[in-house]
Amino acid sequence: MDRILDALVQIVGEGGVSNRPEELWYYGRDPGVMDPHEPDYVVTPRTTEQVQEIVRLANREGIPIVPMGNGMALTGLVIPLKGGIVLDMKRMDRILEVNERARYALVEGGTSQGKLKAYLEEHHPTVRHSIPDAPPTTTIAANVAIHGQGRLTQQYGFNSDMVTGLEVVLPTGEVCHIGSCSMGPYWFSKGPTLPDLSGLFLGWLGTTGIITKVGIRLYPRKKMRDVEIFATDRDDLVPEIIHRVTHTEMTEDITVWFQPRPLMFKDNNHVTIYFTADTDEEMEFKKLMVWDALREFMDSKDGGFMSVQPLRETLLEMPQRSIAAFADVPKGGGFEYSGPITLVDEYPAYAEKVKQLASKYNVVYSGTARMISGGHAMMFGISFAFNRADPDMIDRVRRAVHEATEFALERGAIPWKPNVEEQKLAISRMDPNTVKLMQLIKRSLDPNGIMNPGNWEVT
Amino acid sequence: MEHANIVHRCFRCGYCKFPGDYSDLNCPPHTVFGWDTYSCGGRMWLINAWLNQEIEATPHFAEILFSCVACANCQEHCVYPFKEDLLTIFEEAKTELVNAGIVPPPVRDYFKAVHISGNPYKLPQEQRGHWAQGTGLEEYSGQEYLLYAGCVASYDEVGMRMARSVGSLLKEASLSIGYLGNRENCDGNEVKTLGEAGLFSFLAEKNVRAFEELGVKKVITVDPHALNVFRKEYPKLGAEFQAWHFSEILQKAVKEGRIVPRRCELTVTYHDPCYLGRHNRIFGSPRSVLRAIPGLRFVEMRRSKENSLCCGGGGGNFFTDMLGSGPESPARARIREALGTGAQLLVVACPTCAKMLTDALKSEGAEARLEVVDLAEVVRRSF
Repeated sequence: MDRILDALVQIVGEGGVSNRPEELWYYGRDPGVMDPHEPDYVVTPRTTEQVQEIVRLANREGIPIVPMGNGMALTGLVIPLKGGIVLDMKRMDRILEVNERARYALVEGGTSQGKLKAYLEEHHPTVRHSIPDAPPTTTIAANVAIHGQGRLTQQYGFNSDMVTGLEVVLPTGEVCHIGSCSMGPYWFSKGPTLPDLSGLFLGWLGTTGIITKVGIRLYPRKKMRDVEIFATDRDDLVPEIIHRVTHTEMTEDITVWFQPRPLMFKDNNHVTIYFTADTDEEMEFKKLMVWDALREFMDSKDGGFMSVQPLRETLLEMPQRSIAAFADVPKGGGFEYSGPITLVDEYPAYAEKVKQLASKYNVVYSGTARMISGGHAMMFGISFAFNRADPDMIDRVRRAVHEATEFALERGAIPWKPNVEEQKLAISRMDPNTVKLMQLIKRSLDPNGIMNPGNWEVT
Repeated sequence: MEHANIVHRCFRCGYCKFPGDYSDLNCPPHTVFGWDTYSCGGRMWLINAWLNQEIEATPHFAEILFSCVACANCQEHCVYPFKEDLLTIFEEAKTELVNAGIVPPPVRDYFKAVHISGNPYKLPQEQRGHWAQGTGLEEYSGQEYLLYAGCVASYDEVGMRMARSVGSLLKEASLSIGYLGNRENCDGNEVKTLGEAGLFSFLAEKNVRAFEELGVKKVITVDPHALNVFRKEYPKLGAEFQAWHFSEILQKAVKEGRIVPRRCELTVTYHDPCYLGRHNRIFGSPRSVLRAIPGLRFVEMRRSKENSLCCGGGGGNFFTDMLGSGPESPARARIREALGTGAQLLVVACPTCAKMLTDALKSEGAEARLEVVDLAEVVRRSF
């Protein structure tokens, strides 16, 4: 047995570490289009103390560590670009506390979105969290670490804005508590009124520490949900439609999607508006407000509410299984997307670009925009499905996504969960002093450069 | 592999790991071993890698494939149109490994035992019918129904008790029914699931011929595993008999008043066997029988029906024990889930589940709080 393996076995036991070819092959890739690179070890810790010991070992030995949730970012963020240890966090999945009155939950760093959803539904049915449309296996900690979004992002911001505290194992092995939990037993604030140190870890893609506990805000779960779709074939009207709908402050989530298949959806933008209410009267009132806000577009015949009945069940699912199903459109098990964050006013240009890229690279597209904080910004998902058994199609998708990101950054967007190449593009556009600040932070926190090396490489 | 052309279509999204409400992981080997490689998506990706010659067929690869319990939770919850083919893909991959001689030793020993002794216990054929002693059942000689026990209900102590309960109850219901005794042979369901296609064909064809020679038209099975191949595989080999699980017959007999359940003043929960529930969509019959029992208070476990957690005994693991019996074993997790309902009885309808859960109950040290009993026994006994 090699020395490192022996040391890891000492920490997590034989069942918690593998350097067998099957695990190394599997954990060396994700479902996206990034090239694989195998780790040397995969480890499944169960406690914060084990994570600490692994990090100390990695520091002593100069081994990279890549923390992993479910590895569904699709942009290669958990592919160990320089080998080392992949830390599969999913065995740390306990729900430690739910404070229904203060509306927050405290979970371990490998807790899945699905598990928290089910737990809240059973034990705390008056509250909910902002579940993303990623599969339920994805973890809450990984989602906030990449500034993920969810069903409540339109109302309350990025899911990372909903963090109420962190426990982090620093790259040097110390355990650090962020927010109110650093001073007492409560996990209600990640920062205010203290210096908000959560920014040292959120958005850093696992390059500055390992989140072992996360506090997350919960929100009221109303008794009923419903959805309506306002369809328009004019891309240029979408920003104004969004502006008017968000002005009502009557909606839960708002997404806009367009896709070429099936044909009934082609050439239309589907502004999908979600409502919640406690009574039929409240629901009726909210829908009426939105209806009135969009009346002008209906009168001019530029748009209208379409029958939502055939899609209602699919759209109201949380998470939406149909999103994962997109991967099988070319019967090949893959899709990749670029998800720049930008202004809603940019919608028409992006919609046009998606269609251009799909045509140029001969790939199947799907476009989705999710509103953030009442239309403050949007995540514009430019998605292309591919056949995993068709290397040429994979290459075309890779190039299409790259061109989409270049297009977005050129127009002032910021990239969401960027892959390594997109990170380089982003860094090249950053204010040099911003890059310098990132360098200072990274060097201070991770002097040996062991945390997810290759990502956010500002040195 | 016949389905090699669709293996690459798995996105490894992971819906297959969960029950419908996402409350906990529901893939037994994944919960026991913890690696994503042991999940349905992991297997799909590794099989694809193996077909593409990116990895070799190592003993660990074989362990990953053969530890699948064939519970069909993945088929139930996969979001893709090829979901119905998942277990077939795993079976085909195992067949390839069997043909290449790359199988874990317990699997090899299982095949050898079935091949040489006709049962995995390596016990004499003459003992097959011992379970029927004292039931008043007669050997099959042209009765309307044949009661088929299967290997576990014929040789395992817990399984035999279940077969006796079922046999006695059906006898009390005045059904025209007989059993085969030492003329019964292994149904081959686990042999097939473990990928030994040749041995399965041998067993199945032998049974089809025997049933035909005996003039068997209607079969009642104690074991849902047997029901599965009788309904789905034997017709492909020319079998013309109909098959029912005993819970279906009980439901009818209770409804017709031919069986009058005793009183039961207990809180009861029910564990769906994978081969009865997800594989053959029989969820209602056992529940209907339980609800007909006077005084019985029925409670569901959170994971029930199509979301049920497997006991861990399917896919041959009952014999090969590749999942072990540690605290994270599915059977022990299921016992904890049953205890959480406050039930005093955990009712089962499969001899494999009966044995797995009885052993797990002991391991959990919860025998004073819960009893594992089979469906027929609950109907027959006063509690």
